[in-house]
Amino acid sequence: MRVTVKLFATFRDGRFKVEEKNLSEDSQVLDVLQLLNILPEEVAICLVNGRDVKEQHVLNDGDTIALFPPVGGG
Amino acid sequence: MGGYTGKILRINLAEGKTSTEPLNMELAKKYLGGRGLAGKMFADEVASDVDALSPGNKLFIAAGVLTGTNAPTPSRYMVVTKSPLNGVIASSNSGGYWGAELKFAGYDMLVLEGKSDHPVYISIKDGEVEIKDAGKVWGKDVYETTDALKQEFGDDKAKVLAIGPAGENLSLMAAIVNDLYRAAGRTGVGAVMGSKNLKGIVVRGTGKVENANPDQMKEVVANSLRKIRENGVTGQGLPTYGSAVLVNIINETGVYPVNNFQGSYDPEADLISGETLTEKYLLKKHPCYRCPIACGRYSKWDGKEGAGPEYETAWVFGSDCGIHDFDAIHEANDLCNKLGLDTISVGGTIAAGMELVQRGYIKPEELDGTTLEFGNAKGMVEWVRKIAYVEGLGAKMAMGSYNLAESYGAPELSMSVKKQELPAYDPRGIQGQALSYATSNRGGCHVRGYMISPEILGLPEKLDRNSLEGKATWTKIFQDLTAVIDAVGLCLFSSFALGLTDYTALVNAVTGFNYTDEELLACGERIWNVERLHNLKVGYSAVDDTLPKRLLNDPISSGPSKGQMHNLPELLVQYYAERGWDKAGVPTPERLNMLGI
Repeated sequence: MRVTVKLFATFRDGRFKVEEKNLSEDSQVLDVLQLLNILPEEVAICLVNGRDVKEQHVLNDGDTIALFPPVGGG
Repeated sequence: MGGYTGKILRINLAEGKTSTEPLNMELAKKYLGGRGLAGKMFADEVASDVDALSPGNKLFIAAGVLTGTNAPTPSRYMVVTKSPLNGVIASSNSGGYWGAELKFAGYDMLVLEGKSDHPVYISIKDGEVEIKDAGKVWGKDVYETTDALKQEFGDDKAKVLAIGPAGENLSLMAAIVNDLYRAAGRTGVGAVMGSKNLKGIVVRGTGKVENANPDQMKEVVANSLRKIRENGVTGQGLPTYGSAVLVNIINETGVYPVNNFQGSYDPEADLISGETLTEKYLLKKHPCYRCPIACGRYSKWDGKEGAGPEYETAWVFGSDCGIHDFDAIHEANDLCNKLGLDTISVGGTIAAGMELVQRGYIKPEELDGTTLEFGNAKGMVEWVRKIAYVEGLGAKMAMGSYNLAESYGAPELSMSVKKQELPAYDPRGIQGQALSYATSNRGGCHVRGYMISPEILGLPEKLDRNSLEGKATWTKIFQDLTAVIDAVGLCLFSSFALGLTDYTALVNAVTGFNYTDEELLACGERIWNVERLHNLKVGYSAVDDTLPKRLLNDPISSGPSKGQMHNLPELLVQYYAERGWDKAGVPTPERLNMLGI
């Protein structure tokens, strides 16, 4: 299946802003993190199609994953 | 006693008289300082039916008990007055250096009364206070005024607070700007200053703020600084990217208003994000007094230099106006600082104007050749200028989006609460923030109870943004704690890392008082209720605890949060009960008695 991965803030350093990834069926967010060499504890906000999820969340074809380190403001 | 200087400077501009009075410590213990103490004094001294722009209104400019101390983020001061925009108790907060300098000069608060018969400014050099002629700077912008007043003062270390042309022209969105780029922006406080013919206040202080328990303070400060350093948001996110780092978070969550809240997701938002700001525009950080976070930005754009936009500003002149030209956003932000305008309200009013054009309410012949349409960056920048100088349609727009839209018979196109423009979060997908917007004591506002923190950022813990569970309780606690932070003179951003216990420890170390956490939070609740009582007196009621029609009736139409809707009616019932208010949103005598009001 294909998913879109969007990275933000320091996660972009040495990686990318947005890329499509091919994953095997039943992949979890955790698999994406491993692929990108990001530790789960580095992730503050993980959105799949705008919804907050945990790293065990199982992905579906066409999902958009957005990953943020701890950031905020206002 | 530490923290307080113990003195209030009262200036009657009509009579040209200045006097010093002792701080009422009994009141200070109950209301702390800043927003709290000034709010209480305002409520006691100013009749609720006073016209906000008449000489009878008073302007309270108050530092907090921790302003100017070595507590983390001790820069804030608060302007309290009756808002000319909506009649509520206005309290508008700013950082920079001016507030701390006021304390060093020996004052906790200034109270400005009456109206001068000619333009004046106030000069404060420690105990020496003068009211001086401002004829030479009247009509000048904030940057020119700041330079000129500093020069006349003869000390480059002096700090200047001033209004620009927008305040002189009584725009209801006029800000008071200090240290060039920091603004008490909201609720039209600049117009109140303009109505008094007061152009600026220069202050230089050589004293210092005492700590009652220096050893205890050293330990408490070290502990707080460590928490701020180790927190991802205050230690890394904000210092690296500034507050505009929120653009992508809020957008990806699908609660990022676009084109005057007609949309809630912007596929091109990254063009105006904190990441892009850092990569392409940032020259250096621009911190406030003794701030370990340093979220302030100093940018370069289009051959110019100046303050970089905050999140709300990047959004409002950006996606809310359908614009992705970061140079234009920088330009509009700079114009607001220079001409003395609130970015959120001005951008929100321009966005409302764009929708009024889109829907045919504003006719092309009213525009005097300046484009007012979503996506047109050049026109947007020119409207900022026209608002400040009240030119053509800009004069109508200077009265804010509600008055503008209402004048065309379409008040529902103003994205405001209690006539003040909403900031950059679509409340339909964030239950607690919907409640916080609806009940804010100064109208549309995000910093009276920033529920984005738990509901989106997960601080201090993650709450499901679509669930109602616990939201009334959380909102009340956030509102009360924010009132405490505003009253002690610290920056709200410190609260991403610090909690009530830390604030109690800081206040106790500085003052030598022995507040418990509950007692300190009760000060916040007291402040909230005093503000509520004022707003009820001027005619607001439960029916005004609401949201604009579009955000009240229609679910989010597109993007990741498509279909989401708040349940404000149910939240309000829970909230009034939580606050100990009756069903009409009026504080009960029992609760007021409990709080000692």
